[in-house]
Amino acid sequence: MTSMKLPSFRAPDWVGGVLRGLLIGLLAVAIFGPLLNMLIWTVTEAWYFPAKLPVRWGFAYWSKVFKPEAGAMVALWTSLVIAVLTVFLSLAVAIPAGYALSKRDLPMRSLFLLFFLLPQAFPTVAVHMNIARIFYELGLTGTITGVMLVHAIQGLVFAVWIASASFAAVGTEQVEAARNLGASPLRAFMTVSLPLAAPGLMASAIFVFLISLDEFSGTFFVGVPEVRTLPLTMLNAAIEGNYQIASITALLLLVPSVLFMLFVERFLKADVLSGVGK
Amino acid sequence: MRSPSRLFHSVALMAPALVMVGLLFVYPLVYSLAFAFRNEQTGGWDLGNFAKAFSLYSGDIALTAGVTVLSTVLVGVFAIAVAGYITLGENPRAVSLLRWIYRWPLFIPFVVAAQLMRTFLAKNGMLNNALMSLGVVDPMHAISLLDWRGVVITFVWKQLPFAALLISGAMASMDRSMIESARGLGAGRFRILLEIVVPQVRSSIFVALILSFVTMLSALSVPMMIIAGSSTMITVDMAWRVNSYGDYGVANALGFVSFAMSGVAAWFYLRQGIREGGKPS
Repeated sequence: MTSMKLPSFRAPDWVGGVLRGLLIGLLAVAIFGPLLNMLIWTVTEAWYFPAKLPVRWGFAYWSKVFKPEAGAMVALWTSLVIAVLTVFLSLAVAIPAGYALSKRDLPMRSLFLLFFLLPQAFPTVAVHMNIARIFYELGLTGTITGVMLVHAIQGLVFAVWIASASFAAVGTEQVEAARNLGASPLRAFMTVSLPLAAPGLMASAIFVFLISLDEFSGTFFVGVPEVRTLPLTMLNAAIEGNYQIASITALLLLVPSVLFMLFVERFLKADVLSGVGK
Repeated sequence: MRSPSRLFHSVALMAPALVMVGLLFVYPLVYSLAFAFRNEQTGGWDLGNFAKAFSLYSGDIALTAGVTVLSTVLVGVFAIAVAGYITLGENPRAVSLLRWIYRWPLFIPFVVAAQLMRTFLAKNGMLNNALMSLGVVDPMHAISLLDWRGVVITFVWKQLPFAALLISGAMASMDRSMIESARGLGAGRFRILLEIVVPQVRSSIFVALILSFVTMLSALSVPMMIIAGSSTMITVDMAWRVNSYGDYGVANALGFVSFAMSGVAAWFYLRQGIREGGKPS
């Protein structure tokens, strides 16, 4: 590395300033351009090539999306039910697992942490289609339960890792104090560790909720034909060439994600965040 | 407490989660790997599925490898640039602006990103409209980017914040004294980034890029929505084999190929880890 000679010259300061502004502006256009284009499509009634902007604006397609026969509201409801169930299932298994993993002296701890990472470390499509094949024999394809199980496995690594980091950040002094006052291990866990770890667990719940809301390929294979979530509805609208319906559904999916991004730091304190996966 | 009973208690607490990963991930994964070699007609085991997969989809396999590798490289270059500026930038306002801008696509789902790009990159999309208004292209020559290029653009757009977040986190926690002394010796920022900062956060860069690589390799919705033509990525081919022909053999053979691609990436990562583990730091 050190043998490489890079040209070192000093340009006048204003050149750097202009260049910096240009690059940041370009990045802003690249990031917000597609978002803006989608927002315009949600309030477009007619837009023909080569017009640069819609020729007729309005909310006509919103009422179409929210009409019962469009299926979008059913899909939204299905997505929400599955996401809530997925959160409960994931937390029910992740809280005990995360608590066990929060003890740094657990033998083979890093091996267990890696095991939970497996579902994120392999390309998922081939796994999902085989889950669908196995579920078909069990009568789980096309059911909410089947889709929930596939979503839970995708979210589990985050649930377990964040839960482990949250319990690790609680520390041992207060738990030991409760134990010294005669509390049973379960009581100490329920009254001390769990409430103190609650903000981190809340963050992992939101994370799992979003993963479930956005999950595509598992639902695509396991949910067919009965379970239609919002992402599948969006794909259909897009493939049929209905840009307005697709954009409005995309916006519905986008809002929770962006809200989470803006508020994630409230839930995930830095001490928990730095302990994730450690 | 003695260690064996501790381990027993802990494993009991982890049991539901371990069983879940075992049944819902490891079992289907092994099933997929095994059934790639299954000849459904004869009931025997052979390489027939692979022969068929390669004769039908060798172009798509090459396209998948090319698109994911190119996207990973671009994500790496841009993420290092963004993280580097956040770490070394001297203008606090520009740094905080950049920090605010780059994170937006982080939590945007792949399927939504694909939809955004479908409208943005189309022939009548905003990109072409903007370029026409600027006079860069004329309406006759407006081209649709909805092919492999669109997939690369979508992947980079979506994965850049993730990689930049991990890499800038690693850069923020490194020892700044070397940067300051290099600065004192008059080294430019570009040189400091490439010769001092990047080598120190190399392992974080590898982790970010390998996770991105696997994520992009698994994306089904993006090629499904972006690519209009006939040659596409193997995830779409897998879905097509299963849904249209019930042909799990060829689909699993393609799945095996995608596992092999991520295996190559993991091998690079482990080799890097061993090299760094063997070097006194």
